[in-house]
Amino acid sequence: MNAIVKQLTGLRDWVDDRFPLMKLWNEHLAQYYAPKNFNFWYYFGVLALVVFVIQILTGIWLVMNYKPDAAEAFASVEYIMRDVEWGWLIRYMHSTGASAFFVVVYLHMFRALLYGSYQKPRELLWILGMLLYLSLMAEAFMGYLLPWGQMSFWGAQVIISLFGAIPFVGEALSTLIRGDYVVSDITLNRFFSLHVIALPFAIAGLVVLHIIALHEVGSNNPDGVEIKKHKGADGKPLDGIPFHPYYTVKDSVGIVVFLMLFSIVVFFAPEMGGYFLEANNFIPADPLKTPEHIAPVWYFTPYYSILRANTVNFFWLDAKLWGVVFMGLGVMILFLLPWLDKSEVRSIRYRGKIYKTALGIFVVSFLILGYLGILPPTPGRTLVAQICTVIYFLFFLLMPIYSKLDKTLPVPDRVTH
Amino acid sequence: MTDNTVDPRRRRFLTGTATVIGGIGAGFAAVPFISSFQPSARAKAIGAPVEVDISKLEPSQRIIQKWRGKPVWIVRRTPEMIEGLKGFAPEVLRDPESDKSAQPGYAKNAWRSENPEYLVLVGVCTHLGCSPSFVPEMDAAGMGSPWNGGFFCPCHGSKFDLAGRVYMGVPAPANMEVPPYQFLTETRLVIGIDKENAA
Repeated sequence: MNAIVKQLTGLRDWVDDRFPLMKLWNEHLAQYYAPKNFNFWYYFGVLALVVFVIQILTGIWLVMNYKPDAAEAFASVEYIMRDVEWGWLIRYMHSTGASAFFVVVYLHMFRALLYGSYQKPRELLWILGMLLYLSLMAEAFMGYLLPWGQMSFWGAQVIISLFGAIPFVGEALSTLIRGDYVVSDITLNRFFSLHVIALPFAIAGLVVLHIIALHEVGSNNPDGVEIKKHKGADGKPLDGIPFHPYYTVKDSVGIVVFLMLFSIVVFFAPEMGGYFLEANNFIPADPLKTPEHIAPVWYFTPYYSILRANTVNFFWLDAKLWGVVFMGLGVMILFLLPWLDKSEVRSIRYRGKIYKTALGIFVVSFLILGYLGILPPTPGRTLVAQICTVIYFLFFLLMPIYSKLDKTLPVPDRVTH
Repeated sequence: MTDNTVDPRRRRFLTGTATVIGGIGAGFAAVPFISSFQPSARAKAIGAPVEVDISKLEPSQRIIQKWRGKPVWIVRRTPEMIEGLKGFAPEVLRDPESDKSAQPGYAKNAWRSENPEYLVLVGVCTHLGCSPSFVPEMDAAGMGSPWNGGFFCPCHGSKFDLAGRVYMGVPAPANMEVPPYQFLTETRLVIGIDKENAA
């Protein structure tokens, strides 16, 4: 036994002389000091990483049998589902993974809102995270075209047409994206390329940058206090514990629980009643007929509602352009969050009533927008969507005012339990 | 022999010229990559006119023909439907005279067609490109507007009358497009060419 350990240690030292193995291990795991008061909300970062690995693995296997060709794509997905050994499982893991990715990312982002994790000095960390969110949206959107079902086709048709609303260059731009005058085989092929090569690379790179930035500034925590302020004689934060083994152990339990829930969906509800895999997508794409009711997959519906809520022409500009502008701004405004929040404190625990109320109303209207986005439009629903759109933007635009007015509680010097 | 002192001017010059020349080269090298995104020669070639037989088209029916990858509708309107195109208050339609909409000259009239009985439209919503559904009933319940039959876009709720003219207060900005077309005989028409544009 001792001989084996000695051999392994020798190998490690041999590598270490040629590659900074232990340096990386220590900087990012064994001697990365994270606050000791992480709670439930701190699982979702590592879970996003787990889902990313699931998507890459299942994606590699799917590409082995999928055909990116308008004439064959739909049938090849059914071939994977019926004829390929375990193909159904790999495909359901990938489709469930797409939704799971957004579930954990939305919760991860909400954690940042709860505890002010985007505030100075973590602005760049937040921006890198937002870039990841944008890449993930592009990745999901392009992936959704690949099965070449009715929802794939018409969803892509609508989203690409959004660019057509941009004055002067819009039409040329949407033709450039499609590579054709309509969504066609050419579009399918290039989306495949971007979905399996370009965007996964971008996401992987951004994940590395996100983690490097996190480990540079250090993790925030539910109290929003800076643990680096109080260091022991050894120079380690008093309220910090090494990521390994403390959080590797905690996270591995979280990962197992997550994988249990994930498996339940994969095995018992992979379509999730039409929310993860929409019913119309089991019909091959037909460029001549739009399905009676089209809606994007659930994770895009809040922004889709904002798009639809714009029905009035303002300032000589079409309602169509306003819809696109507000949908784009709805995502982009999140980038500004670190500079909109003027509060003295980070964590919701020490914020006053005003911020808590504002965040509550914001969450409710975001959920309502998401719910309305899956329903067909009626005049009443459009009105509700308009109200929620206004609330969505007011939450951000008024934040510099109300976050300053808010009566905050005194923040403790050290983390609490 | 050379001496080993650094000549910063020479270094700056070399860095500067390499950046400028390299930058120009990178700019030119980007052209084929970006141009490659444009429709290929084959994609451009698929634009031939198509002929449609409308002899079996009954009044108040619609047929769909694929042209340039898009749906083209041919609707045969009844006399009541043609009459119904006139009965709108001025605030109902966004562009009743089709001033800001796309159609050939012979279709810039109240019924937006060469022959009032036959409507030929590109069946694509001018909002975000969905294909609206056909609602020919003269007073469809729940349309929420004065309704003499028309088209309803399921995607974002845009409404058009039976001449493809867009309603006020919906997201679509313009009337639906009329493609170039002409009647070859009473019951045959060709989409994609007309007397004005020999394609």
